[in-house]
Amino acid sequence: MTYTGRFRVWRGDADGGSLHDHEVEVNEGEVVLDILHRLQATQTPDLAVRWNCKAGKCGSCSAEIDGRPRLLCMTRMSVFAPDHVVTVTPLRTFPVVRDLVTDVSFNYAKAREVTAFTPPAGLAPGEYRMQQVDVERSQEFRKCIECFLCQDTCHVVRDHEENKESFAGPRYLLRVAELEMHPLDVADRVDAAQDEHGLGRCNITKCCTEVCPEGIKITDNALIPMKERVADRRYDPLAWLGRTISRRR
Amino acid sequence: MTATARGVDAPGRAGIDARTLRTDRWWLPPAATTVGLLAFVVYGGVRAFQQQYFFADERYLTPFYSPCVSLGCAAEPGAAHFGMFLPDHPLIPYAALSLPFLLLFRLTCYYYRKAYYRSFWLSPAACAVPEPHAQYTGETRFPLIMQNAHRYFFYLAAVIALINTYDALLAFRHPTDGFVVGVGNLVLLVNVALLWGYTLSCHSCRHVMGGRLTHFSKHPVRYRLWTWVSRLNTRHMFFAWITLGTLVATDLYVMLVARGTITDLRIVG
Ligand code: SF4
Ligand code: SF4
Ligand code: FES
Ligand code: FES
Repeated sequence: MTYTGRFRVWRGDADGGSLHDHEVEVNEGEVVLDILHRLQATQTPDLAVRWNCKAGKCGSCSAEIDGRPRLLCMTRMSVFAPDHVVTVTPLRTFPVVRDLVTDVSFNYAKAREVTAFTPPAGLAPGEYRMQQVDVERSQEFRKCIECFLCQDTCHVVRDHEENKESFAGPRYLLRVAELEMHPLDVADRVDAAQDEHGLGRCNITKCCTEVCPEGIKITDNALIPMKERVADRRYDPLAWLGRTISRRR
Repeated sequence: MTATARGVDAPGRAGIDARTLRTDRWWLPPAATTVGLLAFVVYGGVRAFQQQYFFADERYLTPFYSPCVSLGCAAEPGAAHFGMFLPDHPLIPYAALSLPFLLLFRLTCYYYRKAYYRSFWLSPAACAVPEPHAQYTGETRFPLIMQNAHRYFFYLAAVIALINTYDALLAFRHPTDGFVVGVGNLVLLVNVALLWGYTLSCHSCRHVMGGRLTHFSKHPVRYRLWTWVSRLNTRHMFFAWITLGTLVATDLYVMLVARGTITDLRIVG
C-alpha cells in the first residue's frame, strides 16, 4: 500500500528551531528512516540525520518519534495509522548540532570514567579461560549497540541537566555491572558505582529497559544487582560481618 | 516553557515548546497504579484495625491477622498460635508483629518503588515525560537511602510467609470435625502459594541466592537456585499485583464467612 503520509520534523540548531510539516510518500514495508531519506531526496536536501547500518546495529539513528526515544531505522511505518501525523525530533537530553543530529559526547566522557577491564596480573591475552555460566550475565550486556536511547530517556539527566556531572547513566552503569560480573576481572568498582557513577540517583523506574532496542534488561539484570552489591558493601551489617569473619579464616 | 530553563528546556538542547510530544495515553498506567495501590491501602487499613471477623469456622485465620498476638485474639479461641501478649488496644492491630514489616517489605520492594515513584511522585510519570520536580537526588539521601535495607524486610517476610503457610495447613483441622477441606482451604492455599511467589521472586532474594557471586561455576547449587529465582523474578510485578488481589480476596472470604454472610462449602468432611 502506498499513501501520502504526514510528518512533522524538527529542524534547527542550538540557537533555535521548529517543527516543519511535510507530506511524503510512504510505501509498504518502510521504516521512518526511509521516509526521512525520501524527504532529503525530494524536498529538504539539507536535512541533517545521522545513520549508518539501517539494520538496528550501529546505534547511529537514535531520535524521538512521537515523543518516544527510538531508532529511526527500526520503527516501522506500519505501526502508524495512515492519517497519523508522525513527529520526529532529535534526542532531547543532549545538545543539538543540527536538525536531527545531537552531540552525544557526554556519553563518551562517561565511558572513559569507568575503570577498564582488568585481568589478573600475569595472565596474558590468549590465556583467558572462562566457564560459559560465568560469562553469561556479562554477555547479555555486550549486546549494547551504544545507541544512547537509554541515556536519553533516563529522567535523572533528561530532566536535570545539573545531574550530568554526577551520573553516568544506565549505559555506563551497565558497563560497570558487566565488568563487576566478569569472571576474569579483578578490579573493584562497587564503591565507584555509588560515589562516582551515581548509581544511587537511579530510582529503578525502568525507562532505560523500556527503550533499549537490544532488549537488554538493564534495570533488572544490571542496575538492581549493582544496587544489591552496593548494599552488601555499605548498608548491610550482616554482610559486612560475614566478610570480616571469612577473611579471618 | 517554564520560567527556569531546566531539563528538556536546558540551553543547547533542541528548542521544542511541548514538554512531551507523546501522543499515547501515557498517563493511564500511573493513574491505574494510583487507584490500585490506594484501594489496597484503604481496604488493608480498615481491616487491620477492625479487630473483628478475622477467624472463621474455628479454623480459617485471615492473613491480615496472622500471627494473632494481641490479648484481643482471645475473642476467637484457636486464632492465636503463637501466644497472646500485645495489649488489646484499638490502635494496635492484632497482627502488629507482622503487618508493619510486610508493609515495609512492599514499600521498599524494587517493583513497588518503581510503581509509586512513577504514580505518586511522577518521577517520571512515564518515560520521556518531564517530571515536575526542580531538584532530584534519587535514592542517595535520607529517607530514600533506607530503601537499601530491603533485604532485611525480605528475611522477615520469608518468616511471615512460613507463618502464613502454617496457618493455611492448620486450617485443614477443625477442632471437632477433624480433617476437613472447604473452599476456604483452597482460598488460603492459593493465597499462600502466590505469597511465596512474590517473596521468592524478590530481587534481594535473587541476590542472596547467588546474584552476588562472580563465579557460578564454583557454586553449582547456588547457581541452580539463582536460575530458579531469576525465572520467578521476571514475573515479580505480576506477583506484586496478584498477591494484593489474593490478600484482599482471602481476607474478604474469611470475613464474610465469619460474619455469616456466606457459608463455607465443605468439599471433604
Ligand atoms: S531505571 Fe534508573 S537508569 Fe534506568 S532510566 Fe530509570 S532512573 Fe535511569
Ligand atoms: S543499553 Fe540499550 S538503549 Fe542503552 S545504549 Fe545500549 S543498546 Fe542503546
Ligand atoms: S542506522 Fe544503524 S541503528 Fe539505525
Ligand atoms: S519484594 Fe519486590 S524486590 Fe524484593
